[in-house]
Amino acid sequence: MLGRSLREVSAALKQGQITPTELCQKCLSLIKKTKFLNAYITVSEEVALKQAEESEKRYKTGQSLGDLDGIPIAVKDNFSTSGIETTCASNMLKGYIPPYNATVVQKLLDQGALLMGKTNLDEFAMGSGSTDGVFGPVKNPWSYSKQYREKRKQNPHSENEDSDWLITGGSSGGSAAAVSAFTCYAALGSDTGGSTRNPAAHCGLVGFKPSYGLVSRHGLIPLVNSMDVPGILTRCVDDAAIVLGALAGPDPRDSTTVHEPINKPFMLPSLADVSKLCIGIPKEYLVPELSSEVQSLWSKAADLFESEGAKVIEVSLPHTSYSIVCYHVLCTSEVASNMARFDGLQYGHRCDIDVSTEAMYAATRREGFNDVVRGRILSGNFFLLKENYENYFVKAQKVRRLIANDFVNAFNSGVDVLLTPTTLSEAVPYLEFIKEDNRTRSAQDDIFTQAVNMAGLPAVSIPVALSNQGLPIGLQFIGRAFCDQQLLTVAKWFEKQVQFPVIQLQELMDDCSAVLENEKLASVSLKQ
Amino acid sequence: MAFLMHFQNYASQGASRHSEAESPDQDPGVTMAAPMLRWGCRGRRWAFARVDGGSCHRRGAPTGSTSNRIRGESSVAQQPLHTAQKTRKGEHKWAAVVGLEIHAQISSNSKLFSGSQVRFSAPPNSLVSFFDASLPGTLPVLNRRCVEAAVMTGLALNCHINKKSLFDRKHYFYADLPAGYQITQQRLPIAVNGSLIYGVCAGKKQSQVIPKTVRIKQIQLEQDSGKSLHDNLRSQTLIDLNRAGVGLLEVVLEPDMSCGEEAATAVRELQLILQALGTSQANMAEGQLRVDANISVHHPGEPLGVRTEVKNLNSIRFLAKAIDYEIQRQINELENGGEILNETRSFHHKLGCTMSMRDKEGKQDYRFMPEPNLPPLVLYDATSLPAGADPQQVINIDQIRETLPELPSVTREKLVQQYGMLLEHSFTLLNEVGLLEFFQNVIKETRAEPKKVTSWVLNTFLGYLKQQNLAVSESPVTPSALAELLDLLDSRTISSSAAKQVFEELWKREGKTPGQIVSEKQLELMQDQGALEQLCHSVMEAHPQVVMDVKNRNPRAINKLIGLVRKATQSRADPVMIKEILEKKLSL
Repeated sequence: MLGRSLREVSAALKQGQITPTELCQKCLSLIKKTKFLNAYITVSEEVALKQAEESEKRYKTGQSLGDLDGIPIAVKDNFSTSGIETTCASNMLKGYIPPYNATVVQKLLDQGALLMGKTNLDEFAMGSGSTDGVFGPVKNPWSYSKQYREKRKQNPHSENEDSDWLITGGSSGGSAAAVSAFTCYAALGSDTGGSTRNPAAHCGLVGFKPSYGLVSRHGLIPLVNSMDVPGILTRCVDDAAIVLGALAGPDPRDSTTVHEPINKPFMLPSLADVSKLCIGIPKEYLVPELSSEVQSLWSKAADLFESEGAKVIEVSLPHTSYSIVCYHVLCTSEVASNMARFDGLQYGHRCDIDVSTEAMYAATRREGFNDVVRGRILSGNFFLLKENYENYFVKAQKVRRLIANDFVNAFNSGVDVLLTPTTLSEAVPYLEFIKEDNRTRSAQDDIFTQAVNMAGLPAVSIPVALSNQGLPIGLQFIGRAFCDQQLLTVAKWFEKQVQFPVIQLQELMDDCSAVLENEKLASVSLKQ
Repeated sequence: MAFLMHFQNYASQGASRHSEAESPDQDPGVTMAAPMLRWGCRGRRWAFARVDGGSCHRRGAPTGSTSNRIRGESSVAQQPLHTAQKTRKGEHKWAAVVGLEIHAQISSNSKLFSGSQVRFSAPPNSLVSFFDASLPGTLPVLNRRCVEAAVMTGLALNCHINKKSLFDRKHYFYADLPAGYQITQQRLPIAVNGSLIYGVCAGKKQSQVIPKTVRIKQIQLEQDSGKSLHDNLRSQTLIDLNRAGVGLLEVVLEPDMSCGEEAATAVRELQLILQALGTSQANMAEGQLRVDANISVHHPGEPLGVRTEVKNLNSIRFLAKAIDYEIQRQINELENGGEILNETRSFHHKLGCTMSMRDKEGKQDYRFMPEPNLPPLVLYDATSLPAGADPQQVINIDQIRETLPELPSVTREKLVQQYGMLLEHSFTLLNEVGLLEFFQNVIKETRAEPKKVTSWVLNTFLGYLKQQNLAVSESPVTPSALAELLDLLDSRTISSSAAKQVFEELWKREGKTPGQIVSEKQLELMQDQGALEQLCHSVMEAHPQVVMDVKNRNPRAINKLIGLVRKATQSRADPVMIKEILEKKLSL
């Protein structure tokens, strides 16, 4: 049951094959078994069981709320959840229990979904590995998959296998690991520069970033307000569409959501034929750092569309190479501003120093934020200084406009969706990953995903195949603004063609003791 | 991507109570009642001599009455000149330049970007929404009412209303600014390039009103901050966020003023306009209207001097005092070879002086940034209104223009035309809170001439109020009572001196009507001609010497006789009538 898709398990609930409480308990037990993945910061067991009980009552009286009723979901720990600690994986918010639900959380709960817990991330979502949070790094479930382990056995050079675990990507790595390890059927991530799509690609999931303005940000603790969107992580495209159907729509609490009526629910037709489609391949995305495996899969995917009758053309997004540096200025500037509220006065961490208000601010913020956050605050404030504003912030805004226009031009030339890689390569081992600092990693890893956020477009990463090492590789589709449904329809067709293999975590699921052993080893290796 | 602006409904969106900080109910600094300035005509004594020895306004050429003609002219040319007290002949004269930044709290049910209520003197931290406390993840939602108030105010102040305006974040760390930034309109405010016309007194008796114009640079919408209460004894600061996020209109007045009186009068006029519009209660004592003044002095024809900013001006009277003090301080400083620092100064009302605040080490950089959570604020007019637009989601400038209430200048004009009163009387009627309404109610109920009513209201009634330092609303005399009294006077039932007596009785609040007082005290005029003639006869007989004097053409003698007769009637006879009888009897 746990291996099924959301749609399938929803059908099973409706048919009475399983009750919400049973489903919830199964997921909770798996969460415990996979605790060593560090996917969850908070497991809201009591809340979930109570919600399951209520859902069960509804099913019994035939008053089910719909596809999501009784479905276990997880939420990234940067969404405000009423009565449930919300930390952003930061000392600054440890112990902070919000009094309200983010709109997207509320919408899921209103549809009867069961909230299993809050998932791990990089502190304040600043990172691309889910390695830089105060609760420690998230481990990629694929590290423990049969597919990966078998390949590794063939490799005589592999060292201690438990210290060689892989990162999930990030920053929504906890959400990705949670869905990938079958502890829930869908999870909310957030996506500012690729934070949902990147871990989805590394964890073999569908990672969907909706159009900016389609889904409310109210209650999403911001990284970059003008780029943040709630993201959706699921095991298949149809599941993402179900969740999107529950989330999309204007929110009076978020003035940047659009008013246009939305075609709901997001039912995705099964495309029989792609001959009317035009797929654009942005030539600037063929970068030297791209691994040959990803490049080859990308090109195979293009061939697949072409062979099925679609028009595949090369397009140019000429300002792509400026995207990372432009993002750096805009992101850090907004970060500097958004983080100003964390002063220890109203909520969150407060230091013991009380010599003066200023000294208290300084110590609180030094203790509360990690180096990455402090570094971004510092550079952001530099860019916003009166003497620098024109040279940095204003210029970056202009470049952002150029980048957004690149996409507009591509779509105006007749392209329906763009096809690109999601990441440069498959997931790397943690020990490998931390050889570079957060900033370098983010710059490398966001390269294909982050321009989309500048333009506010919808994009989805679809798992395509396993690499030679037995690890998932994803490709990204980018759609026109507010053509989310069209984008997902194309993605669904593609998903059906590629038949991505299911992660084989049999040992994890069946053999509890093996897992526990792993956990010990893993925690030992961490402390070294 | 084009976004329509969502406007927050007036309903509260779950206001919460955060009571981390316990603090007294009110900021001690704002409970003080601020005495009102009476349109700048009071005989204040200036700390510095005036060039022409008279009003500091005489020199400034009266500006065109209602146009914006003044804009673009050199403001320097219009500055009255000041001299330092000790200036000897032949030395340079000084001119002062005063500009104002005025923050008016918008009168609205809920805050600028949140649904929590706006109320003065509510228990601390009882009007705080999640957004006001800057809980992570909360977003601003613009309050439609605040936008309408800004548009109304802009239109009333002859501003150009920007069809598109933007919101910015202004960053600084302060305990009562929970987000670490204030949302304001730095780059593109909602209204620009307006003007405010106010009247200052001139003439020998300060009885002439001369219209003056001050240009309005801009009006911007912004958030108010919370309040910090510093407890120095326990060395702690208590924060009250009730005010945090309340909508403010920042009105920036160009440095077209030249003394405290001008600034005070301009602020009073703005206050009246805001109150007439209902866009702000503009009560300075409650902090709904806060004024910062930028002041510099220079020699006419030379570049402007270094300016200081004076804050903490919480009454119009202190505003005038502080500005005049600061002008004089700068002149003295410069005359003594000193230097003016570009600094912020605070006015101490008890000491009557300004003092450097020295609170900002170095220059503050506010690191302005566009507010990313609010799309541009787009306003429409009749021509640009999109067809089929949801009226709840759009604001139509033309529609607001049509519904603007009568402004004080029009009210005054009407008073002058309708009742034939002097312009300065109309100023007094409007400047005194509630006086105009009182006046109009008396007019409605009495048969007496408007001029009579004006005179009684402005002299007798207002005189009594002032003497006892009462507001119109605290008056013991109701409009109906005064109207009845004036009717008695008008019908010659009582004499004017009896009327004064009745008024004094009314003031004692004994609940008697003027009619009752008149009959109890037997104040009616003697209407019986025969009896009066008889009385005159007896008086004449009793005072032959006075009668002789009259006959000998002593002009004062007749008055003495009249007085004697009045005395005999216990002042109940009309002196005019007595005079007629006496003259007849004496065959004058």
